[in-house]
Amino acid sequence: MFSRAYRTAITVPPLVWVAVFLLVPYLLMFCYSFWSVSEAGTIVHSWNLDNYHELLTKPVYWETLLRSMWIAARVTFFSMLLGYPLAYFLSFHAGGKKDLYYQLVIIPLWVSYLVRAYAWKTILGTDGVLNTLLQYVHLTNHPLDFLLYSPFAVVLTLTHIYTPFTFLPIYASLEHIPRNLVEASHDLGAAPAQTFWRVILPLSIPGVLAGATFAFVLSLGDFLSPLLLGGPSGIMISNIVVSLFGAAYNWPLGAAISLSMLALVLALIFFSERLEKKWSFH
Amino acid sequence: MATTSEPAVASSSQPNVASLLSIRSVAKHFGKNIVLRDISLEIAEGEFLTILGESGSGKTTLLRILAGFEQSTSGEVWMSGERLDTEPPYRRRVNTVFQSYALFPHMTVEQNVGYGLAIAKRPPAEIDTRVAEALAKVKMSAYAKSKPSKISGGQQQRIALARALVNRPRLLLLDEPLSALDANLRRQLQVELKALQREVGITFIFVTHDQEEAMVMSDRIALLRSGELEQVASPREIYNRPATSYTAQFIGHTNLLQADIRHGTATCGALQWPTSLPDGAALFSLRPECIRPAITASATTASPARDATVRFRAQLRDQAFHGATDLLRVESDGGLILTIRTASRDLPEGPLEFEFSAADAIPVRATSFEEKA
Repeated sequence: MFSRAYRTAITVPPLVWVAVFLLVPYLLMFCYSFWSVSEAGTIVHSWNLDNYHELLTKPVYWETLLRSMWIAARVTFFSMLLGYPLAYFLSFHAGGKKDLYYQLVIIPLWVSYLVRAYAWKTILGTDGVLNTLLQYVHLTNHPLDFLLYSPFAVVLTLTHIYTPFTFLPIYASLEHIPRNLVEASHDLGAAPAQTFWRVILPLSIPGVLAGATFAFVLSLGDFLSPLLLGGPSGIMISNIVVSLFGAAYNWPLGAAISLSMLALVLALIFFSERLEKKWSFH
Repeated sequence: MATTSEPAVASSSQPNVASLLSIRSVAKHFGKNIVLRDISLEIAEGEFLTILGESGSGKTTLLRILAGFEQSTSGEVWMSGERLDTEPPYRRRVNTVFQSYALFPHMTVEQNVGYGLAIAKRPPAEIDTRVAEALAKVKMSAYAKSKPSKISGGQQQRIALARALVNRPRLLLLDEPLSALDANLRRQLQVELKALQREVGITFIFVTHDQEEAMVMSDRIALLRSGELEQVASPREIYNRPATSYTAQFIGHTNLLQADIRHGTATCGALQWPTSLPDGAALFSLRPECIRPAITASATTASPARDATVRFRAQLRDQAFHGATDLLRVESDGGLILTIRTASRDLPEGPLEFEFSAADAIPVRATSFEEKA
């Protein structure tokens, strides 16, 4: 239908882009992960598995990875807890205000990530908005210090940032449910709550899985929130990678950790998509 | 939640004993748009009633009010002496077969059919038996474990029917359930559906825009036009004695004759026939099959009597072959164009002689086709 030249013209630039800025860097990372650093601090191109061995045997790495997964799991859970009811309300009960509410959910995404993270810093800090308020109403007489520079602060901030990402796919899947299925359920004697559990929830599973994958994957790889709000106890795996590529100057180990995470995330996305297909009926 | 503190039924508003469903002055407005106005209808136990109307006539809205998906703006609906329209849909002993079937895609055929019984918390053994019976009744037992997406439209239709009937509702509502099927399957299912309704004895309210379907299946037809009931009668009566020009034209074909009546004789162009109506203008409906080629050649108009035969001469303008019958368009001497249905045959050249019985010219009320404010 389209000329050969036209097809070449539109397909080649994105392919080149992906190759130069994605595949080549990944390939380099892959190579680096099997190299090592000499005593003198130069990178030695000798192929070995030492980096992966270190990753598995040194507790600091896999403990941080586990903690990161635990933080990501909590972020996923809380953004589901907020995102699902919000999406359900908008899709089924917002009536004519649907579009307005939808925009209100989307608007925070336009605000810079950094601004939102800093906002939590001013809210949660020892002289922050929350502590000042709590002391003012005499709920406490000294500032609560677990609020900031803790895993709590990281989970809270990431939940705030990623809830719209869980909301969107859930909302899309709820909007796709034919309304006559809901009517059919009521018609067959099911009250609204029964209809929700037996018809609406099962049909929204693909959106739930997509949303959960977004929240988990995005927060697992996050390094800004733990950097700004996490403190020593809130360090996540990406912070280690950043330091390995920076001050610590151990690119090979950093590459090995990055690739391990990449494998983990790809496996997760793969299984999530398999499940989504299994639960998809449209 | 609907309050059940209804006043005791006043004897004046008590529905008659044979009536299952009583629709009383129901109206529905969507904003300024009036979809239904003052609909009153009594539906008997075990009846097959068809609500017939063009798209936009309000027939689906009326059905949705009965199912509980819409609230009427005014009026009441009663079933077996109890107020129905204040109950939510899940507390009505009414089930619906949806136009697009609305089968649950994540459940098997069996689970779909058993849904209502499972919700009603029937014992599993009873659910299994009743689901199996319902599937057998619609000849779909072989597909019990299939997902709805794996079966054809006609099969989904049967499952939708089984899913509704298995609950033994007092009233079954069917919203154009056959409209998505092709013509042959449609005719077959019309017959099956009618037979099934007789067998189970449940009251059916069937919505369609297809007048042929309505005539084949119904005990009574309620013809809806622009949100108002035009006529409610048996298929034969509504066809043979249409009350209005709209009914006469919507149900089958007809010739509408604008006649002038003087001293017991109606005149329309060259046609004249006796009538008992008073002097003045009147509209008559004359079905194409009531006009036939004249048997004996005689041009004299008989003396005006009720069972008189009216003869007239006409030129053949057009002849369309319809299989068993031909549809003729003829122009009578006065320039009046008439449609005539006759047995198929070749007609001779030249002017032809036709006749009809005066009793077949049915006076109808003229329907104004202007948009009602």
